Amino acid sequence: MSGIKLRTENLAVGYSGRALIGDIALSLHQGQIMTLIGPNGAGKSTILKSVIRQLALVGGAVYLNGRDMAPMPEREVARRLSVLMTGHIHPELMTCFDVAATGRYPYTGRLGILSREDREKVSQCLELVHASGLAEQDFSRISDGQRQRVLLARALCQEPEVLVLDEPTSFLDIRHKLELLAILKDMVRLRQLAVLMSLHELDLAQKVSDWVVCVRGDRIDRQGPPEEIFSAEYIMELYGGTRGSYSALFGSLELERAAGEPEVFVIGGGGAGIPVYRRLQRQGVPFAAGVLPENDVDFPVAAALAARVVAERPFQSVGEDAFRQARAVMDRCRRVVCPLERFGPVNEKNRLLRDLARQAGKLEE
Amino acid sequence: MRRALRYLICFALLGAVLAVLLVWNISAGSVYFAPGEILSALLSPPDGGIIWGIRLPRVLAAAILGGALSVSGFLLQTFFANPIAGPFVLGISSGAKLTVSLCMVLLLSRGVVISSMALILAAFAGSMLSMGFILLLSRRVRQMSMLVVSGVMIGYICSAVTDFVVTFADDSNIVNLHNWSLGSFSGTSWENVGLMALVVGAGLALSFLLSKPIGAYQMGEVYAQNMGVNIRRFRVELILLSSVLSACVTAFAGPISFVGIAVPHLVKGLFRTARPVLIIPACFLGGAAFCLGCDLIARTAFAPRDMSISSVTAVFGAPVVLCLMASRRGGRGGNP
Repeated sequence: MSGIKLRTENLAVGYSGRALIGDIALSLHQGQIMTLIGPNGAGKSTILKSVIRQLALVGGAVYLNGRDMAPMPEREVARRLSVLMTGHIHPELMTCFDVAATGRYPYTGRLGILSREDREKVSQCLELVHASGLAEQDFSRISDGQRQRVLLARALCQEPEVLVLDEPTSFLDIRHKLELLAILKDMVRLRQLAVLMSLHELDLAQKVSDWVVCVRGDRIDRQGPPEEIFSAEYIMELYGGTRGSYSALFGSLELERAAGEPEVFVIGGGGAGIPVYRRLQRQGVPFAAGVLPENDVDFPVAAALAARVVAERPFQSVGEDAFRQARAVMDRCRRVVCPLERFGPVNEKNRLLRDLARQAGKLEE
Repeated sequence: MRRALRYLICFALLGAVLAVLLVWNISAGSVYFAPGEILSALLSPPDGGIIWGIRLPRVLAAAILGGALSVSGFLLQTFFANPIAGPFVLGISSGAKLTVSLCMVLLLSRGVVISSMALILAAFAGSMLSMGFILLLSRRVRQMSMLVVSGVMIGYICSAVTDFVVTFADDSNIVNLHNWSLGSFSGTSWENVGLMALVVGAGLALSFLLSKPIGAYQMGEVYAQNMGVNIRRFRVELILLSSVLSACVTAFAGPISFVGIAVPHLVKGLFRTARPVLIIPACFLGGAAFCLGCDLIARTAFAPRDMSISSVTAVFGAPVVLCLMASRRGGRGGNP
């Protein structure tokens, strides 16, 4: 990894001189995306606002390209670091081009008149975020997703080395979330930008970040590459969640399981079980799932939602032991559901379970 | 390029309207002058006649002060991110009115003659007083309508105190004071014109030089700061400039309502942009034309009686403000 673009040392942030979070040590490298995650009100925005000098530091220092930012003139900071913050802006009578062009501020003269070169750069930046078609449209009349892209173009017009974004994907629908992050990824690759941002969406944070920082009320709890941070237990602990679970593999959240003795036995596998698990969970019916090899796609969801899971070791055919267990559990259930339609050598025993259930008159067809 | 052409045409239009109103204002009145007579009078050396002695200074005052008011309004609207902010609705003019009338009553009753400069300073002090209150309040109330209501309240308090002060003034002063406190361009001397040209000229030039950060500030404080604006210094500059401009107007012509809101709004609509580098000079031209037109009506509608300029500007300005409020449901800077 090449040069460190942004570094904080003993940074303490907070409001009116009182530190909320202390001892913050971050190092953001060129071409890297660093993401702050953590519960609401944990201080992610406070850290970002302090880094961009919107809030006075309570202690410590922020270094931009190795130089202390505090005494740097505004213009110099503006040429190296640009922002995309939450909160709507309402510029009057401005086209998207005008809004993006405000990013040229640190490069224009006394009256801020754009040169031909400036105009070309603005057009390029709009092109980069796929917003060329919006250039002449009124900024107040476009959608939230388009607005974020235009504001990203604005930030890029500043030709920054470091980009700071505060929850850039809030308010956006999934398509625009993905689009924005994809553009961001491209920017990082193409322009070797260093990105510091906060994200609400854990699944996206896990996928897009090179480095994850966990902010937790009064401290930086942990930081590291996403594969180290995103474990099911830790994420639930970080967010103080007790009613549900987090799947580290898929970055998805599951609601709390219905507790109690299983009433329904679900014979699933290969993705067929998941919709049934979810439906039973919604209805508050405790259920058992089986027989699932541990590498089955249904397995993590069943493990999160089912009262009981009968599992087989990965890459094994369902064996005698598992079959007996499943049968015992099934006998105690009042109903059996079998969304599974295809059977093969690996799950032959599941077909047997289904036939037994049918004979017992428990199977819901 | 199409935009540049539009701006050029708009400026030409404003200039033409201003020129026509200037001539019309000089010619109309109890004594009528044909344009030819005006030209020959202007080409001849200054004398004490009607054109040089009365009409011309009054016309120039109306133009200069009208321009100053609109620019001041535009600056305040930017500062508060609020399209209906202006020196009058925020109570800044009334603050100036209070200190100026205090000054007049206290000093005139002792036989001290007050210079125009002293009046401007007094008005400036009053403006800053009201502005200080508004700034304190603006930290607490974030909604634009509430801020304006607070301004109107401050205006009422200042007016009430002014009336109180006026009650204790000498009879001979009351007439003058009363006319002035309603707002009027009449009785402007050349000395006044020179001074207001100086102060307003400087304020206008400085505002124009600030147009780049003003443009950035229209994007909100966070972005402006990130673009490289020194926010703290900029805010102070903006407040001082808008106060000086509106104080100068109040010192010479009393409080004049609604020009500061209506003109910037109309000008932005005409130019279809809010870029300060264009709008500041355009506001000045537009404000000058607006006040000339209103003064023409104030002088001639019920001649030989002068109406107060504020009643005329209110008739034309207030509907614009109402339209503005109706067209912005949510409001900026407030909770949607």
